[in-house]
Amino acid sequence: MSDSFTKSMARNIYLGGSVFFILLFLVLTFDTVRTLPKRDHRENITPQVALGKKVWEDNNCVGCHTLMGEGAYYAPELANVYDRFGKNKDVIKMFIATRPKEGVPGRRSMPQFNLSEQELDAVAEFLKWTSEIDDANWPPNIQG
Amino acid sequence: MQYQSQAVAKPYFIAAIGLFVGQILFGLILGLQYVMGDFLFPEIPFNVSRMVHTNLLIVWLLFGFMGATYYLVPEEAERELYSPKLALALFWIFLVAGALTIVGYLAVPYATLAEITGNELLPTMGREFLEQPTITKVGIVVVALGFLFNVGVTVLAGRKTVVNIVLLTGLTGLALLFLFSFYNPANLVLDKMFWWWVVHLWVEGVWELILASILAFVLIKVTGVDREVIEKWLYVIIAMALITGIIGTGHHYYWIGLPEYWQWLGSVFSALEPIPFFMMTVFAFNMINKRRRDHPNKAAVLWAMGTAVMAFLGAGVWGFLHTLSPVNYYTHGSQITAAHGHLAFYGAYVLIVLTMISYAMPHLRFRQPAASARAQLMEMWSFWLMTIAMISITLFLTAAGILQVWMQRMGEEPLPFMVVQEKIALFYWMREVSGLIFFVGLMLYVGSFFVKGEARESVGSAKPATA
Repeated sequence: MSDSFTKSMARNIYLGGSVFFILLFLVLTFDTVRTLPKRDHRENITPQVALGKKVWEDNNCVGCHTLMGEGAYYAPELANVYDRFGKNKDVIKMFIATRPKEGVPGRRSMPQFNLSEQELDAVAEFLKWTSEIDDANWPPNIQG
Repeated sequence: MQYQSQAVAKPYFIAAIGLFVGQILFGLILGLQYVMGDFLFPEIPFNVSRMVHTNLLIVWLLFGFMGATYYLVPEEAERELYSPKLALALFWIFLVAGALTIVGYLAVPYATLAEITGNELLPTMGREFLEQPTITKVGIVVVALGFLFNVGVTVLAGRKTVVNIVLLTGLTGLALLFLFSFYNPANLVLDKMFWWWVVHLWVEGVWELILASILAFVLIKVTGVDREVIEKWLYVIIAMALITGIIGTGHHYYWIGLPEYWQWLGSVFSALEPIPFFMMTVFAFNMINKRRRDHPNKAAVLWAMGTAVMAFLGAGVWGFLHTLSPVNYYTHGSQITAAHGHLAFYGAYVLIVLTMISYAMPHLRFRQPAASARAQLMEMWSFWLMTIAMISITLFLTAAGILQVWMQRMGEEPLPFMVVQEKIALFYWMREVSGLIFFVGLMLYVGSFFVKGEARESVGSAKPATA
C-alpha cells in the first residue's frame, strides 16, 4: 500500500465504516421487525404451536432436517412438509409415531421419539403454521 | 516467550488439539452415516453425532482463540497477564463444562438432557449450533466474562497496539453477540432472524477481527516487517470485513420470512464479502516477500500462508458461489451449503488457530523459536494432507450439491429428497475417503509434537530473529 495512505486514514475508514453500517443494520432491523407481523401470521401462534416448537427443539429435529432451508442436510426439508403430505396433519403425526425403534437395516431412519398424543398434535400444528409463513416462495418446489 | 504468564496458553492449545481429534472422529462417523444409514443407530443417531461434531469444533476454536490471546496479549502489551491463576481456573471450568455437555449429548436422549438441565425454565436448546443446555450457555458467558476481564485489564494497563485492541474488540463482540443465544421466542421467524446475530455476526463479523489480528501478530513476528505497515493492512482488512459483513447478514434473510429487500441488500453486500479475504491473501504474501528475516519456524510461515489462501477460497470463493439470491433460491440448504461450511471453517478458523499454535508452541515447549527440522517437516506434511483432503471433501460435496439441486429442485419432474440422496451416494463415499485422509493428516500433526530432535534457535540469513 502506498505511503500517502496512512495508518490513521485506515483506522478512520474502519471506525467510520463500521459505525455507519452498524447503525444502518439497526435501522433495517427495526424496519424488518415492524413489517414481520404481515409475513409470519403471528396471530396464529397458539399455545399449541408454541408447544410444537418446544417439542421440535427438545428433540433436536434440526440436527437432521432443514426448516426453511436451515439445519442439517441429512433428512427432508420440513417447512413445506404439511403441503407435501397433502395438507393433512394426521399423516405427519402417523409418520412420526410409527418410526421403528431399531431403525431400518442399511438405511437412514428417523428415531422413535415416543411423543405423547398432545406432543404429536403440537408438532403437526407447528409445522402447519411454519408452512404458512411468507418465505418468498421458497422452496422452489414441493420436494423441498 | 518473553513473559512467564504466556505459559497459560499451553493447556489451552493442548485441549484445542485434543478436542479437534474428537471432532474429526465424529465427522468420520457422520460421513459413514450418510452412506450407511443404520450405522450406530439407534445408539448414536445422526443428529447426536452432528451436534458433537459441530459443538466440538466451536469449543476447540474458542480454546484456540483464548490460548492465542493469552500468548500474544502479554507480548503486545509488554507486561505480564493480570492473573494467570484466573486464566488457569477458567481453563478447567470451560474444559469440564464442555466435556460434561458432550457426555450429556452421548449418554442420554436429547429430550432427557433438556429435561434434566431445566430447559423448561429458559428454553434455548435445540437450535443449530446452539444445542448446549442453557446452564452450559450460562457457563460460557461466565468464562467469557472472566476471560475478557483478565485480558482487558492487561491490555488497558499495558502498551496498546493495534493488534491488541482489534483482538480485544473481536473478543468483546464475540461475548456480546453470544447473548442473543438466550433469545428464543415462540415465533420461529424472529428466532431465526436473531439466531443469525450469533452465527453470522460471529463467523462473518467479529471472528474476522480475531483472525486478522492473530495473523497480523504472527506476520510481524515471522517476517520482521515494520509494525506500522502491518497495522495499516490490519485496519483496512477489518474495515472491509465489517463494511461488507454486517449488511451481508442479509444473505441469510432471503427465505426465512423476512422482507424481500434483503435479497438485494444481502446479494450486493455479501458479494463484496470476499474482498477482505482477498486482501488478507495479498497482505500475507506481500509481507512474506518483504520479510527482513528468515524465521527458522518454516512450518508457522506455511500455516500462515495457508490460512490466507484457504480462507479466501473457502469463505470468499465458495461463499460467493451461492450467495446471490437468484442462485441461493436453488442452492439454499443443500450439500453446496455443507461444502462451503467445511472449507470456510477449515480455511479461516481452523488454520489460524493452527498457525498460532505452530508459532507459539516451540516457545512454550523449548523456549526456542522453532521445533526441530524433522518435527517441522512432519507438521508441513500434515498441513498438506489435511488441506488437500479438505479441498477434496469440498469438491465432492459441491458435486453432490449440484446434482442434488438439479434433480430435486430444477428438473421437469423433481425427485424426492431421499431418492436423490441415494443417487448421489458415490460422492458421499468419496467424501468419506477424503475424510480418512484428513484424519491421517491430523494424526501426523499430533505426531509432530512427539518427534525428538534439537529445537532450532539460529536463523540462516541477514537479521537474527529475536522473537
